[in-house]
Amino acid sequence: MAKASIDARGDLRLTRLTKTYGDFTAVDDLSLTIQKGSFFALLGPSGCGKTTTLRMIAGLEEPTAGSIHLGETDITTTKPYQRPINTVFQNYALFPHLTIFENIAFGLRRRGQKDVKEAVEKVLNLVELPHLAQRKPTQLSGGQQQRIALARAIVNRPALLLLDEPLGALDLKLRRQMQIELKWIQKEVGLTFVHVTHDQEEAMTMADTIAVMNEGQIEQMGSPADLYDNPETAYVANFLGQSNLIKGTISGNDGDSLVVDLYGQKISLPKSRSHAVDNSTYAGIRPEKFRISLLETPVRGNVLSGGRIEDVSYIGVSTQYQVEMPWGQELMVFEQNDDGVAPFNKGDAVNISWEPTFTFALRGDEDVTAGSEVQPEDLDEE
Amino acid sequence: MSQKIKDATIPTIPLGARIQRWIGRNLIRIYAIFAFTYLFIPVAYTFVFSFNDAGKSNLIWQAFTFKNWQNPCGAPEVCNALGNSIKIGFLATFFATILGTMIAFAIGRHNFKGRSASNLLIFLPMATPEIVLGASLLSLFLVFKINPGFWPTVIAHIVFCISFVVVTVKARIASLDPRLEQAAMDLYANEFETFRRVTLPLVAPGIAGAALLAFSLSFDDFIITNFNSGTLTTFPKFIYVSAARGIPAQANVIGSAMFFLALALVIVGQLVNRRKVR
Repeated sequence: MAKASIDARGDLRLTRLTKTYGDFTAVDDLSLTIQKGSFFALLGPSGCGKTTTLRMIAGLEEPTAGSIHLGETDITTTKPYQRPINTVFQNYALFPHLTIFENIAFGLRRRGQKDVKEAVEKVLNLVELPHLAQRKPTQLSGGQQQRIALARAIVNRPALLLLDEPLGALDLKLRRQMQIELKWIQKEVGLTFVHVTHDQEEAMTMADTIAVMNEGQIEQMGSPADLYDNPETAYVANFLGQSNLIKGTISGNDGDSLVVDLYGQKISLPKSRSHAVDNSTYAGIRPEKFRISLLETPVRGNVLSGGRIEDVSYIGVSTQYQVEMPWGQELMVFEQNDDGVAPFNKGDAVNISWEPTFTFALRGDEDVTAGSEVQPEDLDEE
Repeated sequence: MSQKIKDATIPTIPLGARIQRWIGRNLIRIYAIFAFTYLFIPVAYTFVFSFNDAGKSNLIWQAFTFKNWQNPCGAPEVCNALGNSIKIGFLATFFATILGTMIAFAIGRHNFKGRSASNLLIFLPMATPEIVLGASLLSLFLVFKINPGFWPTVIAHIVFCISFVVVTVKARIASLDPRLEQAAMDLYANEFETFRRVTLPLVAPGIAGAALLAFSLSFDDFIITNFNSGTLTTFPKFIYVSAARGIPAQANVIGSAMFFLALALVIVGQLVNRRKVR
């Protein structure tokens, strides 16, 4: 018989967790706490160490250094089958020789539960597939397999549920639907979900807290809105959505605001949104926060003048513009098509304006392309 | 169903092109018919001559009879030889399958010093000419003062069957997704339970295939058996010896029966598999 699994509940605490493979450091001195009952996402491109972190939490990978605590219990060196943690694998890993019923009952039976029927049927109802109990996994569609993999994990009521790119193999439409369902199921069962993904939209849709990972470390952690509106690094600014980063110098101090000189034009931003360490900085503005106006139109807030429309793409919900600034940089602007104003044309001379509170400031020594060249598309990592 | 509409304005395809197209479509079938004919003529011959009222020599068709099938042990020694072959086959299969499966898991699943060397060495008995293997086994037995006979033959058969078992089972293990075992461990199954509930059932078809292969290799082995069996008669040895003075029709009966038994096993296996998938 399997040694009885540890009955630990509570927050998950990773302390200085490190994993190296030879010379390669997959996870680098990572510390974080995941609150009980939350939906937590580890977000990052292929090879950032997020899956390795997840596998160490599951017990499938042994940390080189550091510790893992669940509540007050140290589970660092325990076997995967001793941990009250279950995983939804990337390829679902359903047992092909067992029926759906037996797949779901597997964990319950291993823990010596005799009467599994009720629990299995309940969870099959939760994922809305009660009619498939006697089928084999290969007879199910990808979306159905995904739900069964989820059911097989949550039926055990683990202290922690790990999801490793659970929606990666589904097509876009099904993925959207499952994102909403997963979030709903998480609320319904009240378990702690730790979700690994490379898809920033997926993470933002579902998670309460996102940790953006880069090269084995956490780049920034916070709520989706925090990360999007106030990124601390260029990597986060570029990986979560798109950003316009403009080189500038902090030239003044005005109460709660900083004044930044962008190629001779002064703008302001709240001090709380500045992550610069000295006078040199990159001012960041999301493309949808910009407003375009013709030269004679009065505007308020921050203004950059001297722009010229270089390119116009009509997307339906919005129109995307490329605006060339006097210093040669092209800025991206997304305008909602909701005001009945005729779109601007290529070659128009325009001003760009925005609310100062939408500005964030990064360190001046950042690599402005960090995080933008990583294509989150390729799935297979590690 | 669509009605074919005759229309004189539709240009007809020239005959040459039609023939060419017909050949193009059916070439693989024609080839398959030839290939299967080539493969099955000997089997058909054996089967047909099992009904020959042959008397001493079963070379010329005399008359049709069920006599041979009603009394397959009619010829002297034939059933004794068959019994020995089956016994040796079962024992060799049993041990070769267990040992070979264990080796396959060791090589397929674990990293150890000398793994690639073992991987290579396991092929050697397959690559060694049987005549060499048989002769060297005999001299080895004689060095240890073991006389040829039943058990030396079993041991010799285990030797060459193991390689085939390892290769077959290893292929199955290689195709096994390691994440399934991880999933089992994740779902509270310890190492032993994981092996019993997930690994073994998934590798089982490979092991079964390996056992069948081992049995058929052992059953019809002549060369190695001839060196190591001494006075013991096995079915292949019986056939070989009687070939000089005419193989009795009972041998054809047993040969045909083995063939149909194997065929039945394959068909049942396929049916079971198909049902499992469904």
